[in-house]
Amino acid sequence: MLNYYLIIVLAPLAAAIVAGLFGKQIGRAGSHWITILAVGLSCALSMLVLRNMLWGGAPSENISLYTWAVTDGLRMEVGFLVDRLTALMMAVVTFVSFMVHIYTVGYMRDDPGYERFFSFISLFTFSMLMLVMSNNFLQLFFGWEAVGLVSYLLIGFWFKRESAIFANFKAFLVNRVGDFGFILGISGVVMFAGSLDYAEVFASADQIAGQNIELFPGSPWNAMTVVCILLFIGAMGKSAQAPLHVWLPDSMEGPTPISALIHAATMVTAGIFMVARMSPLFELSETALAVVIIIGAITAFFMGLLGIVQNDIKRVVAYSTLSQLGYMTVALGASAYSAAIFHLMTHAFFKALLFLAAGSVIIAMHHEQDIRKMGGLKKYMPITYWTALIGSLALIGFPGSGGFFSKDLLIEAVHESHWEGQGAIYWIAYLSVLLGVFVTALYTFRMFFLVFHGEERMDAETKSHLHETPWVVTVPLILLAIPSAVIGWYAVEAVLFGGYFGDAIEVTQRHDVLGRMAADWHGSKGLVTHAIQTPIFWLAAAGVFTAWLLYLKRPDIPATIQSKVTGLYNLLDRKYYMDDLYIKGFAAWGRSIGNLLWKKGDELIIDGVIVNGTANSIGKLAGVMRQIQTGYLYTYAFAMIIGLTMLLSWLIWFR
Amino acid sequence: MLFQAILFYLFSAVLIGAALGVVFSRNPVHAVMFLVLTFFQSAMLWLLAEAEFLAIVLVLVYVGAVMVLFLFVVMMLDINVESIQRGLTRYAPLAIGVALIMAIELVQLIWMRSQADAMATAFAPYPEGYSNTKALGSVLYTEHVYAFEIAAVILLLAIVAAITLTMRKRPGLKAQNISAQVAVRAKDRIRVVKMDAEKKQ
Amino acid sequence: MIGLQHYLTLSAMLFVLSIAGIVINRRNLILLLMCIELMLLAVNFNFIAFSRHLGDDTGQVFVFFILTVAAAEAAIGLAILVVLFRNRRSINVQELNTMKG
Repeated sequence: MLNYYLIIVLAPLAAAIVAGLFGKQIGRAGSHWITILAVGLSCALSMLVLRNMLWGGAPSENISLYTWAVTDGLRMEVGFLVDRLTALMMAVVTFVSFMVHIYTVGYMRDDPGYERFFSFISLFTFSMLMLVMSNNFLQLFFGWEAVGLVSYLLIGFWFKRESAIFANFKAFLVNRVGDFGFILGISGVVMFAGSLDYAEVFASADQIAGQNIELFPGSPWNAMTVVCILLFIGAMGKSAQAPLHVWLPDSMEGPTPISALIHAATMVTAGIFMVARMSPLFELSETALAVVIIIGAITAFFMGLLGIVQNDIKRVVAYSTLSQLGYMTVALGASAYSAAIFHLMTHAFFKALLFLAAGSVIIAMHHEQDIRKMGGLKKYMPITYWTALIGSLALIGFPGSGGFFSKDLLIEAVHESHWEGQGAIYWIAYLSVLLGVFVTALYTFRMFFLVFHGEERMDAETKSHLHETPWVVTVPLILLAIPSAVIGWYAVEAVLFGGYFGDAIEVTQRHDVLGRMAADWHGSKGLVTHAIQTPIFWLAAAGVFTAWLLYLKRPDIPATIQSKVTGLYNLLDRKYYMDDLYIKGFAAWGRSIGNLLWKKGDELIIDGVIVNGTANSIGKLAGVMRQIQTGYLYTYAFAMIIGLTMLLSWLIWFR
Repeated sequence: MLFQAILFYLFSAVLIGAALGVVFSRNPVHAVMFLVLTFFQSAMLWLLAEAEFLAIVLVLVYVGAVMVLFLFVVMMLDINVESIQRGLTRYAPLAIGVALIMAIELVQLIWMRSQADAMATAFAPYPEGYSNTKALGSVLYTEHVYAFEIAAVILLLAIVAAITLTMRKRPGLKAQNISAQVAVRAKDRIRVVKMDAEKKQ
Repeated sequence: MIGLQHYLTLSAMLFVLSIAGIVINRRNLILLLMCIELMLLAVNFNFIAFSRHLGDDTGQVFVFFILTVAAAEAAIGLAILVVLFRNRRSINVQELNTMKG
C-alpha cells in the first residue's frame, strides 16, 4: 500500500512542478492534461484505498517514511497514518479536486495565468494530502502552512487587482494569528508529551491531562485544556471560525474554482479534520470542548445572518460556508466527531457544487457577480439550474438529500449532548444550530430565487449572450450533484452508527452522544419519513417560504424592512463592524506603534546613534589612522623590518 | 688549515666590502658590478665549504645570467641618477641604527647563546672520492623530484610572465595575418550587383 | 678553525647590510631588487653552513630551489620594472603611491 500512498501524494506534486516550471514549454493543454491526469490518478487510488478500508477490511497503517531529524529525543519524521478517517478525507479531497481541475478548464479558459493556476491547484492537492495523511504534528503543520500558502497565492491569483492583494494579505495575516496558537499548541504537546508522533501523544494523553501549567502566576490551568484550546485557535484560523472568520468572505476575490476547492470543500475543513483527529486529546478537556461548541455556535448562527444581506453571489455562498463550518465545530464540541466529519464530507460535495454552479452563472453573466442584476436564469441554463437546486436543497437539509442526513443528525447530536455542568452552553448551542436552519434556508433560497427565478434584471447586452456553459463546466456539476443528492442514503448509517471510524476517533463514555443516539436509530429510510415531525424540517420550510414571499412574491418588502430597521441592516451590512474593528482598531494601532518604533526607535536610536554613530566614529578614527598609510612601498617594507627587529629583540632579550 | 682560515677571512672581507659597495654606490651600474663581485666571493666561500656544485651554479646562473639581466635593464633604462639619489642621508641614521641592533642581536645569538664548542669545530671533511654533484643529484631526483618539477614550472611561469609583461603591440606594424588570408571567401571580396542598364546621359 | 659560527656571522652581516641597503636606497627600485638578491644570498649561506655542519645534503637542495625561485623573481621583477618605466618614464619609488587610500 505504501507505493499507492506515495503515488497519491507525489503525483499532484510532480504535476504541479512540471506545470509550474515548464508551463510555457508544455503549453496550456499540456498543463491541464498533466495536472488533471495526476489528480485523477491520485483520486482513483484514493478511492481504491477507501474501498479497501470499507469492504476489504484493510487495517489502519502507520508508516514512518523518513526521519528528518532527532533532537534531544524528539523525532521529526515524515510519515503516513492511513486509517478510516484519513481514507475518507483523501477520497473527498482528491475527488473534489479532480472535479475542480476539470471545471477550471472551462472557467479559466481565457486567463493568461492558466498554467500557473493548474500548478497551484495541484500543489494544493499535494499539500492537503500531506496534511490529512500525516502521522505526526510536524508534518501536519507543514501541510497546514502549505495549504495556507497556496490559498494565499490563489486568493491573490489576479494580483493586478487591488482588492485581491488586500484579500490575500488579509487571509495571510488572519491565518498567522491562528497559526500562532496552533504552533503554541504543538509546542505544548511536545512539552507535555515529549513527542510529535500522534500515536505516542495519544498514548500519553492521560498523562498530559494530569498536569497543570501556570499561565499566569497563581492560576494553574489544566495542561490538556491549554493545549487543546491553543490547537483549536489554529483550527479557528484555518476553518474561519469567529472571530477569525474575516478572511474567508474576502477570499472570494480568487477565481471561483479555488473558492470551491479551497475555501469551501477542503482547506477550510482542515481545522475540523484536525480537531477530529485530536479527539483523544479534546475528549479529556471539557473546558476546551465548551470553548469549541460556543465558538461554533456563534459562527453558525451569526455568520448565517450575514448571508441574508449579501448581494455578491459568491459571498452569499461564502457566508453559508462559514455558517456550515460553525455547524461542524458545534458537532466537534458536542463530541460528535463522526457527525462533524460526515457533515464535512457532504458539505464538501454540495458546497463545491454550489460554488461551481455560482461560477457557471458567473461565466454566463460575463463575470458579473451581483445577484440583483440576475434573475430568470432558469430557462437559459437548465443544467446549472437543476444542479444548483440539488445543492441548495442539500444545503438546507431537504429530507433525503446529503445535507439532510448530516445536518439533521448533527443537530440531534447537539440536542443529546447536555452533560451536567454545561446547561447554558448547551442551550446556546442548540438554539443557535436550530435557528441557523431557518437562516440557512432563507439566504440559500433568497439567492436561488434571485438568480434563477423572477424577472430578468440583467442588461440587454448580457442577456443576448446568455447560454448554458460548456461541458467541462457542467460535467463536474453533474458529477458533484450525484453524491450531493445520494451519499447520505448510503453512508449515514455506516459513518455515524456503524463504528466506521474504529479507533481513529475516540469518545469517552460520558460524551458518547452518537452511541446514545444509535439506540434510537431505525435506518435512513426511517429518518426521512420522520423528518416531517422534527422542528428542523419546519424551520427550513419556513425559511424557504419566507424567501419566496420576500423575493419572489412581494419584492418590495425587503426594501421596506431595510428602511425600517436601518440600524440592524447596517450592523449586518458592515458584518458586525468586525472588519472595522480589525482594520481601524488592531491594524491602525499596530501601525502607529510601528511608526513610532520606526521613527524613534529605528531612525533615531538605531540608525542615528548606534549604526551611523559607530560608522562615524570609526570614520573619524580611520581618518587619523590613514595618515600612516603613505602608499609608498618602502614604508611598508620598513615597517616590516622594524617589526622583525622587535620580534627578534623580544625573542633574544626579553624572553 | 691556517691557509683555509686566511682565505676565509680574505674572501669575507672582500665580500663585505663588495656588499657595502652595492648598498652605498651612487651609480646603479657600479652597484651591479659590486653585486657581481659579491656573488663571486660567495662562490669562493662555498667552494671553501666544499659545496662545489652550488658554487658553480651560483657563478653560472647568477653571475652569468641574472646579473647580466640586471645590467641590461640598468643600461636600457635611462635613469637619472642624481635625482634619485638625492635625500640619501635622511634615512641613513635610522637604517644604520636598525641594522646595528639586528647585527648585535644576531652576533649575540650566534656566539653567546649557543653551544660554542660543538659549533666552533671545522666542518667534517667529505670522504675520499665523494662527489658533491652526484650526491646532490641523487637526492634531488629521488626524494625531491616533485619539488624539482614544481621548480621547473615556476621557471616556465617566470618566462611566460616576463614575456607577457614586456611584450607590446605596435600600431602600424605590417605583418601577414595568415589565418585571415586562408579563411577568406570569394563573396567577401567581390560583390555582384545586379542593375538595369542605364541610358547614356 | 673556520666553522659554522663564522659562516653564520658572515651571513648575518650580509643580511644586516642588505636591510640597511633597502632602507637607504628606498628611492631606487632596481637597487631594492639587488638588495633582495643579497638578502637571499645571506639565507643561502646559512643553508650551506648548516648543511655542511649537520652533514645533510637536503640543505643544499634547498639552496638549489632558492636559486631557482630567486632567478624567476628577478626576471619577473625586472620585467615589471621595464613596464613601469615604459609607462611612467621613471622608476622613482617616491612617485608610486597609488596604494594610498
